[in-house]
Amino acid sequence: MVPVVGVLALQGDFETHARVLRELGAEPRLVRVPGDLDGLDGLVIPGGESTVMTLGIEREGLAEPLRSLVASGTPVLGTCAGLILLDREHLGVLDVVARRNAFGRQVRSFEADLLIAGLSGGPLRAVFIRAPWVEEVGADVEVLASVDGHPVAVRQGPVLAVAFHPELSGDRRLHEAFLTAVHENGGRSGG
Amino acid sequence: MRDEATFRVKAGLAEMLKGGVIMDVVTPEQAKVAEDAGAAAVMALERVPADIRRDGGVARMSDPVTIRGIQEAVTIPVMAKARIGHFAEAQVLEALEVDYVDESEVLTPADEAHHIDKWAFKVPFVCGATNLGEALRRIAEGAAMIRSKGEAGTGDVVEAVRHMRAITGELRRLGSLNEDELPTAAKELRAPLDLVRDVARTGKLPVVLFCAGGIATPADASLMMQLGAEGVFVGSGIFKSADPPARARAIVEATTHFADPERVARASEGLGEAMTSLEARKLDEAQLLAQRGW
Repeated sequence: MVPVVGVLALQGDFETHARVLRELGAEPRLVRVPGDLDGLDGLVIPGGESTVMTLGIEREGLAEPLRSLVASGTPVLGTCAGLILLDREHLGVLDVVARRNAFGRQVRSFEADLLIAGLSGGPLRAVFIRAPWVEEVGADVEVLASVDGHPVAVRQGPVLAVAFHPELSGDRRLHEAFLTAVHENGGRSGG
Repeated sequence: MRDEATFRVKAGLAEMLKGGVIMDVVTPEQAKVAEDAGAAAVMALERVPADIRRDGGVARMSDPVTIRGIQEAVTIPVMAKARIGHFAEAQVLEALEVDYVDESEVLTPADEAHHIDKWAFKVPFVCGATNLGEALRRIAEGAAMIRSKGEAGTGDVVEAVRHMRAITGELRRLGSLNEDELPTAAKELRAPLDLVRDVARTGKLPVVLFCAGGIATPADASLMMQLGAEGVFVGSGIFKSADPPARARAIVEATTHFADPERVARASEGLGEAMTSLEARKLDEAQLLAQRGW
């Protein structure tokens, strides 16, 4: 069965995520209104400007439907702005507090090789663009990777969130890990 | 080991701005209005293009005080304009840590033969283009984002349409050529052959393509997105209109839902007067900004 994975498409690099998902055998669906969330097997919240996406979620009435989707156990991958949107101060489905633009302005943006717990095959090339880091981590949150002592990849239940852009580096392992979770979840619910 | 200012990092910020609206602002208060309305970034200016056009004289980089004030007012990326070829203005903007430099024809060109060597900078650059050859020359110089030039400060979308159609049409034409026809195409486009080969294969620019110059309404934004723009710059169109916050929100909404006419219709309701416009066709040769740069 080909899993249908939503990509929040209010603003940001949603097309890039959709392309990666398609290359990996999933069927991406751009999500702009609540109806687009029906029957999804997984959801990606992409990078972009978190302020723009927050306003868009409000305008479209997407906050409650997105919370229900996470509560139902559907796997979610958030990248950069996606990490921010999932945190306590936004959708409140990931028990962390993200700090926006934590590494500084664009001239401080960088790429680096990053070891991620549970991801085999060595370090992943991680692209950080005006990236956040995780400032506070709740008890049930697993930290998978850090930069300078600041968590930049975390997991809590079905939610995987990273401060960088796995969609930009050509290394597909993080999306593969996410799709593995999507498949396993589909198997459990019988869908 | 961290690698800063790689091309991937520079072009990557533009990737994050896609589907968004970048708004010209001249004060911290306007920047805040833009951010609250859903701007993906702001362009910090002394004067919007419509006023530059009206006032005449040499248009230069903004006062650093203006730029700093705007940087302090918002958390979204802040861009600023340098004159074409004026690498010292670009150095100043880099020192101010703006997030993107727009090497812009809206300001008075400082060099009539050379654009800025953008590879020499850590800060990424966006440049205007009227056709594919111009876009590829800017990318060869290190531009990490391209926008149509349009005709800034007019509120007339016709030139932006012409430029976007020229770029996407030439991309399609390249895709139809045989490999042995590409060297001649590169010569005609006055663009490097390796870049021409790259875009002939992929069918798109290697960097993000926005539209700019004359966008004044939600339907203008929808039109440009349907013609292939990946996002929208609005210069004078917002803060020269009757109700800037409402118009800004409406253009953001129409950019997200560009392919849904009902949503664009709803976004277009009750916005009051658009900016005072000039018909681009009726401007004198000397008043055309899009012809600056080469």
